[in-house]
Amino acid sequence: MSSTAASAVRSLPVIAALAAGLMGLAILLSLFVAPEDADQGISQRIFYIHVPIALTTYFCFGLGAWKALLLLWRGDERYDLESYVAIHQGTIFGLLTLITGAIWAKASWGVWWTWDSNQLVLFLTLFLFYCAYFMLRFSLEEGARRSRSSAVYALFGVVLIPISFLAIRLAEDFIHPTTFTREGPQMTGTMFTAFCVSWAAVTLLAYVLYRVELTGKRLQSDLRELREALQ
Amino acid sequence: MTGGEYLAAAYGVTFVLVLVYVAIIAAKLVRLQRETAELLELVRRRESPELAPAEMTRA
Amino acid sequence: MSYVADVAALTQKDLRVELRARDTLPAMLLFVLATLVVFHFALPEGTGDDAAYGLLWVAIVFTALLGLARAWVPEHEHGVLDGLVLAPCDRSAIWLGKSLATLAFLLAAQAVALPAFVFFFAPLDATAIAGALLADLGICAVGSLMAAMAAAGRARELLLPLLFLPLAIPLVVGGVGAAISPEGGRYLLLLALYDGVFAVLSWASFEYVVTES
Repeated sequence: MSSTAASAVRSLPVIAALAAGLMGLAILLSLFVAPEDADQGISQRIFYIHVPIALTTYFCFGLGAWKALLLLWRGDERYDLESYVAIHQGTIFGLLTLITGAIWAKASWGVWWTWDSNQLVLFLTLFLFYCAYFMLRFSLEEGARRSRSSAVYALFGVVLIPISFLAIRLAEDFIHPTTFTREGPQMTGTMFTAFCVSWAAVTLLAYVLYRVELTGKRLQSDLRELREALQ
Repeated sequence: MTGGEYLAAAYGVTFVLVLVYVAIIAAKLVRLQRETAELLELVRRRESPELAPAEMTRA
Repeated sequence: MSYVADVAALTQKDLRVELRARDTLPAMLLFVLATLVVFHFALPEGTGDDAAYGLLWVAIVFTALLGLARAWVPEHEHGVLDGLVLAPCDRSAIWLGKSLATLAFLLAAQAVALPAFVFFFAPLDATAIAGALLADLGICAVGSLMAAMAAAGRARELLLPLLFLPLAIPLVVGGVGAAISPEGGRYLLLLALYDGVFAVLSWASFEYVVTES
């Protein structure tokens, strides 16, 4: 393991503690301190967990694509694992976005799923796309070909996000016009603070999980190499 | 269901899913530990072949 | 100019193989006609034309998948791809040649399918046909890259639809929108944008997909 990777591992407990502290503060702020929404009542507070998770999903997919680009550009195999783990995180947070989004839809509109919500449809598309990413990875033999193909597919994913969003927006007017929006009244200062703290907490949580999984995967491949050297 | 219950469900799902993730990571950690122990045994056996296997695991 | 000559030679090779073996095109033609007949029974009485346009796009995408699944099979069975990768031509020329050959098959299938659709179901205007042509470009550009990725895998016939369908959603939106929306031009723009972006991306990334492992 290189020295930079080792120092990153040493800083991990500090970041994890920070994430835990921020998460506690975020829950306190968003459940108790932020004022109740006049329109939606208490269920509006789902906003403080749902939207940060959705933004973190984009962040993870973006990180995965960035590492994929670095892999293709520099040809360093280490980025393959980083890209894979980031996309794995993104898929988990994507699933959470779909579930919390469905709960919020049920609470505020009375239905578990609505094709009216562009964000939900986009997440379903992305979720399917990245599930196919894992199918591709597991179907190829380990090696340069697998890492290159996975990287190319990951890059297609980030390009697909804006184009799908555009397509879903356009599709609205022939499928059915939007009747619901989540544009409520303007957020107050406290609400905005609660949202930002939640966002920071969820992003840090994702980053900590990313580093933990990556460390485990690196350890696994180091051990495999060690076993081959010993036998 | 009331709004409060939906709110609890949203936070609860997040919490449970993260816990499941931690459990999976923990299971992987256990496997890594077992592999490390196997390798350690391999190295020890190579260094002192006269020791009995039972003593090595205790050491 | 040698790039153009390489692409032309590769496309010609695929078309000639198809003319000799007749593996893909008859299957695509029969499939798309059979799908249209199935759709007649899948659409209940009194369903509007709009539903038929949607089903036409399902038929087009699945017919294209049928052709794409066969696209790299000859190369794989005879180990031609390794030879092509080692050949002194730009690797993206292999992708472009394959895309053009697939495009030729898809256009031939549509030359039968679209008139059959008009005959059986509902009329198509110029915007709808332009939408179909633009979507074909995107399907072949992205599809032949995905098919090359899937061909290296263990379950290649299973893998290709999984890889391709999420990417095809904007194409279906564009194609259906061009057929039924009064403002079809916006959907043509979406299709053109998709084609441009993904064609460049596929062209640039193909050489990584065929790296020898």
